Amino acid sequence: MGATAHLDFIAAAYAAAVIIVGALLIWITLDYRAQLRTLAELDRQGVTRRSGARRAERTIEQAKAAANAQAKEEA
Amino acid sequence: MALLDFANPSRFLRFANTTIPWLSGVTLIVFAFGIDQAMIAPDDYQQGATVKIMFLHVPSAWLGMLAWGVMTVAALGTLVWRHPLADVIAKAAAPIGAAFTLLCLVTGSLWGRPEWGTYWVWDARLTSELILFLLYLGVIALWRTVDDPSRAARAAAILTLVGAIDLPIIKFSVEWWNTLHQGTSVFRLGGSKIYPTILIPLFIMAAAFTLLFFTLLFAAARNEILRRRVRTLQLMQASQVT
Repeated sequence: MGATAHLDFIAAAYAAAVIIVGALLIWITLDYRAQLRTLAELDRQGVTRRSGARRAERTIEQAKAAANAQAKEEA
Repeated sequence: MALLDFANPSRFLRFANTTIPWLSGVTLIVFAFGIDQAMIAPDDYQQGATVKIMFLHVPSAWLGMLAWGVMTVAALGTLVWRHPLADVIAKAAAPIGAAFTLLCLVTGSLWGRPEWGTYWVWDARLTSELILFLLYLGVIALWRTVDDPSRAARAAAILTLVGAIDLPIIKFSVEWWNTLHQGTSVFRLGGSKIYPTILIPLFIMAAAFTLLFFTLLFAAARNEILRRRVRTLQLMQASQVT
């Protein structure tokens, strides 16, 4: 059986590998860039995980202050 | 450092950021060497040059099954330990496993036409491999359909565990049923049926595919962690507005 007898099938198989793996690589790379872009956009708008933590701290402080004020009133 | 230390999303991100460039480089080198060895490997005495399709077909079949194996372990992590990184790994592995399984089906079909005279036959090996591909599509659809990631993870984990039954069926299908697909020829009692001049390039290509799988898995898992951060921040932003 000659080496070139089924060259078209061999070439098609390797082309399929390039297309499928290439598509996967491109999709993962574009997805990564999209996530980074969205995170940067949210960061620019001041929405960060730290801002969430700061808001939570502020809420706790406000609650403590309200509790103290109520305690003073009662006293 | 214990393996469980990486099971923290932030630590995993640092690990992935460091590892992905190195893994990509090693993968490229091993692929270049593997393809070179595959191209200079001699033709098979029966199949001729079409044996070169085996260097793609067999590793992609192994990786398609390995990916489901990884998802099965991750599914246990989701259902038993409720670990968020297990969800991330399971979700990241699904499209990669689907791609490898699709590649296995396509290359197998292109190999089957010159050797068997047909692109497709409903024998046990081919059908069980097609079922694996459909299971992958089912898991991906579940992840996309259910909006809440933790609910989606549990549903996908159950489907993954049920689908794991297909792995031994694929492996032993050529022994349990009379199939057109050839029997086990690489890992078998009594040694491989394949001559070393073809077997060694096959193992090099399998190593390259495995490295590619883990590179893609780490990259996709990193994307998923970032996506979840984006989701959390967008929810925080929405709660600030309301």
